[in-house]
Formats: sequence, structure tokens, C-alpha cells
Amino acid sequence: MWLYIAQRLLTSIPVVLIVGIITFSLLYVAPGDPAAIIGGDEATPEKLEEIRKQLGFDRPYHEQLGKWSWRLLQGDLGTSIFSRREITELIKPRLQPTLSLGIQVITFSSLLGISLGMLAAWKAGARLDRALMVFAVLGFATPGFWLAFILIWGLAVNLDWFPVIGYSPLGDGFFKHLHSMALPVIVNSVLASAFISRITRSAMLEVLREDYIRTARSKGLSEFRVFIRHAFRPAAIPVVTVIGASLAGLATGFVVTERIFAIPGLGRMLVDAISRRDYPIIQGLLMLAATFFIIVNLAVDIAYAYVDPRVKYK
Amino acid sequence: MSATVGPAAILVPSLRDRLLQASRQTGRVLRREPTVLVGAVILAVIAFLAIFGPTLATTDYTRTDPVNRLIRPGAGHWFGTDTSGRDVFDRTIVGARLSLLVGFAVMAITTIAGTSIALVIGYSRTLDSIAMRVVDGLLAFPTILLALALIALLGQSINNVIIALSITGTASKIRLVRGAVLTLREAQYVEASRAIGSRIPRLIAVHIAPNTLNLVVVQATFTLASAILAEASLSFLGAGTPEFIPSWGNIVANGQGAVQVAFWISFFPGLFLTMTVLAVVLIGDALRDYLDPRLRGRLVRTT
Repeated sequence: MWLYIAQRLLTSIPVVLIVGIITFSLLYVAPGDPAAIIGGDEATPEKLEEIRKQLGFDRPYHEQLGKWSWRLLQGDLGTSIFSRREITELIKPRLQPTLSLGIQVITFSSLLGISLGMLAAWKAGARLDRALMVFAVLGFATPGFWLAFILIWGLAVNLDWFPVIGYSPLGDGFFKHLHSMALPVIVNSVLASAFISRITRSAMLEVLREDYIRTARSKGLSEFRVFIRHAFRPAAIPVVTVIGASLAGLATGFVVTERIFAIPGLGRMLVDAISRRDYPIIQGLLMLAATFFIIVNLAVDIAYAYVDPRVKYK
Repeated sequence: MSATVGPAAILVPSLRDRLLQASRQTGRVLRREPTVLVGAVILAVIAFLAIFGPTLATTDYTRTDPVNRLIRPGAGHWFGTDTSGRDVFDRTIVGARLSLLVGFAVMAITTIAGTSIALVIGYSRTLDSIAMRVVDGLLAFPTILLALALIALLGQSINNVIIALSITGTASKIRLVRGAVLTLREAQYVEASRAIGSRIPRLIAVHIAPNTLNLVVVQATFTLASAILAEASLSFLGAGTPEFIPSWGNIVANGQGAVQVAFWISFFPGLFLTMTVLAVVLIGDALRDYLDPRLRGRLVRTT
């Protein structure tokens, strides 16, 4: 077990390194002077010189990369060009909204997606199953920003159940916070659960073909018991991986919904940084997101090896 | 070709035979699977709009006309007018061209680049370990974040949207096809061909590449769907298609602020977008079930 964890940790290190090199080198894929790109059209020569100095463009590439990585290892993401403040300081107040959104979306989409998927597998081939799979396909095809628009129009404008936009931090009270987050949470959870339900259904159908399921049924267990105790546990493994992987897919939804609902989270911070060409912030957030998803995938893999002894010997 | 006469030639039907067989069966599938028919009809309509949209438009869909802003859908303006007085119907049908252009371009680039790279690296251990590290690195980023950053640097244009979406799309295609190549390498008919002296380029061209075709074709439809969605999301965020070119994403963004007074601005282009992606997914699902039922569940949202 420990050997497996050590192995998985070791294989993630080169990925993090590559991610760092890609993030850093992005500035050099664009033709021309990176300082001019960041400064924009209206930048004065003095401003350009300042940007060059601040970001170290006057040094050779490898030296810059080395310096940048070293600072990163010490938890220093650099300084914003626009506000001249430490990026780590700017990120802190943005964590709560995004984390809250993330936790709620994961919880609801998993609950909804897994139950719908199991329901579909239970009624495989029947009308309910087909209806649920239509939902799954629709969930893939519907863009989050349009679903958000429809829900705002229907539930916020016409029915007045939720605020159109606006965010109340947790400090304003727990329920007020949940209420202000309801629409973005619904949008992302519905779309993510469509995907999870599809995976749950196919994983369940695969397990239900196993011999031990026939044994469980023939010894007279109720169908409910067969489903929950015997089929779900092995089927949960691919489902958990998919939930882990779909976290990265949620990034789009978060960036889009944080903008629509004016939630002051990390996604909003990124979009703002892009419109201001505040490159150190873009770099820092890219690095943060990629590292986070690498850690999540690592955690999922290790959690598996713990639950399922077969994984270790693959 | 004489070298392949033998078991290999019998087991592996030629590309031409497969395409013939596929086209013959397409008609049968259309009749049996109503969802495919629905998808095909929607796509045909959108393709028609993509080709003739700008000709069909009756108004100047780029010129702002503040006097006629926020007009309700009706006889004069089927989908109403937007916050600058531009006709939403005309902008929506013109937007079809952009969506399909970006979608098909990204699909073509990622499919050709991804498949060829995967075929080559699948046969070279050194290249494979280098390329796969880069692929793993690229896939660690959420697609939209990397695309946003790239466009911020390269500048906002349709070409740069295509480039940004193709980079991560190619990476995920390499990973998928490479997996298939590694499995196919070990197949007995490949070994047999090698035993009678076939060289690596021939093994790849005759035995390996044709057998990855099913996977590549099915995945291509999902790439098309994801690329159309991703372009719309980027344009919605104001970081994709420039504002002066109508795109479903930026039309929806225009109507977002006017949700309380004019739902039609965002509703119609969003509906067209959803229907287009739905059509592609329905066709892709049917193709997958038909070509290879074992692929079920292995295809994920990419680009």
C-alpha cells in the first residue's frame, strides 16, 4: 500500500514540473515582446521597461524559469501588475465563494447523478431509463451560461424566488449564503449530474452481469439489497474517478457562473485578470488550478487502492 | 499489396470496403434509429444556415440602430432586436457559420494531428515518454482556463480561438489513440505481419491505423460538440470571437444584462447552440453504438 502511494506520488512530480514549465512558457508562445502584450497598446516606454524589470524579462529564459519556480516552491505567486499587491493575498478572499460553490456542486451532483444513474440501471430499457438518458444527453449539450440564463429568467425574474445576481458571504448567515448561491449551484449540479448519471448507469449495468450478482439474486435477496450492497460498491469505483475528473470540467461552469451571478470567486478573478492582461495573476491561477486537479486525481487513485485491493497489483 | 494476401487480408477489411459498408448501413440506421434522423435533420438545417446565413439575412446585422432596440419578437423581427437594435434572427443564423467553422476546424486539426502523433509515438519508446509527459501536463489544465490564457496572450481572433482549443484537444486525442495503438501492437495479426518482414511504417499504415478508425471517428464527433460549446463559452466570457462578429456565445452575453426586459436576445441563439450540440451528440452516440459498443462510457468531454 505505502509502496503504491509512493509510486503514485513520484509519477505526479514530473507532471507538476511540466505544468509549471507550460504555465511559465505560455508568455513566449505569443509572437513579439511579452512586455508589450501585457502593457497593451497604450503603454508608455517607461511602463514597458517597468513591466520588463518586474517580470524579469531582461534576464535569460532559463534564469527566469528557475527564479519563478523557486519562488513558487516557497508559496510566492508573484505580484499583480494592476494592483501591485501579492497574488496570494488577492486570492485569499476569493477562496470562500469558489470553495463553497465547489462543495455544494460536488455534493448535489453526486447525490443526484448517482441516484438517477442507479434508477436508470434498475429500469434498464424501460421508459424511465430512456427518459433519464435523454436527460443525460441534454445535460451534455446544454451550455451552462444558457441554462443559467433560463433559470434566472424563470425563477428569479418571473417567479422572484431567488436574487437575479448578488452574493452574500457566509458571514451574513448560513441560509442567506445558500440562498444567494442557489441558482449557480443548481446550474452546475444539474449539468454535472447528467454526466455522472450516465457513468453510474453503465458501471452498474456492467457489474449486474457478474456471477456473484446472479448468486445474490438466486439466494433470494431483494433487488434493493442486491443493488445497494452487492452491485453499488464495485460500481462506485469508476463513478468516483469520473467525479474526480469532472471537477476539472466544472472549471468552465465556475468561471461562467461566477461571472453571470457576480460571485467574487477565483473564476471571476481570472476573467478580470484576463481583461486587464494581468499576466502574473493568470499564471498564478493556472498553476493553482492545475496543481489542485493533479492532487485531486492523486487522492482519488489512492482512495481507490485503499478500497479496492485489485488496483495495487495492476 | 501481394504481401498481405493471407489471413491478415481476410481479417482486416480494406478502408474502402468499410466505407462502402458504412454508407450502405447508414440508410438502414436512419430508418431504425429516430434520434439519428432528428440529429441529421437539425444538423442539415444548421449547415444550410451556415452556408446561406449571410445571404438570407435581410437586415444589416452588424449596424447598431438604437431607435429600434429591444423590440419584441414579431413579424418585423422574428427573434426581436438586441440591446443595440440589431436583428437577433439575422445574427443567430449568421452565428451558425462561425460555430460550425470553429467546431469543424478544431475537429479536423485535433483528429489529424492527434492521430498521426499517436501512431508515431506508439512505436517509439523515447518519443512516447517525452510526448506523454507533455500531454499529461497539458491535460492537467482545465481546457477553458488554458484557452482563456492563450487567447489573452495571442490576441482575440477566430484563428486564435481555433488554435487555443486545438492544443488541449490534440493532447487528449493523443492520449486516447495512443492507448489503442499500444493494444493493437500486440495483436496477433500485427505480429504475423512483422514476422513476414513488414517494416514499421507499413505495420502502422496497413494494420494499426485502419483499426483505430472507429475510435477516431466516434471521438471526432464528441470533439466537434465540445469545440462548439467551448467557442460559445469563450465568446460568452468576452474572450473568444470578437464582439463585432456575431457568435452564439456573444449574442447570449449581449442579452444577459437585459434578462429582465428582453429574454429573447439570449434565448434564441442559446437554443440554436443547444440544438446543434444535441444533434452532434445524438449522431455521435449512434455512431458509437454502431461502430463499437465496447466504447460505451470511455468517451468524455474533451477539446
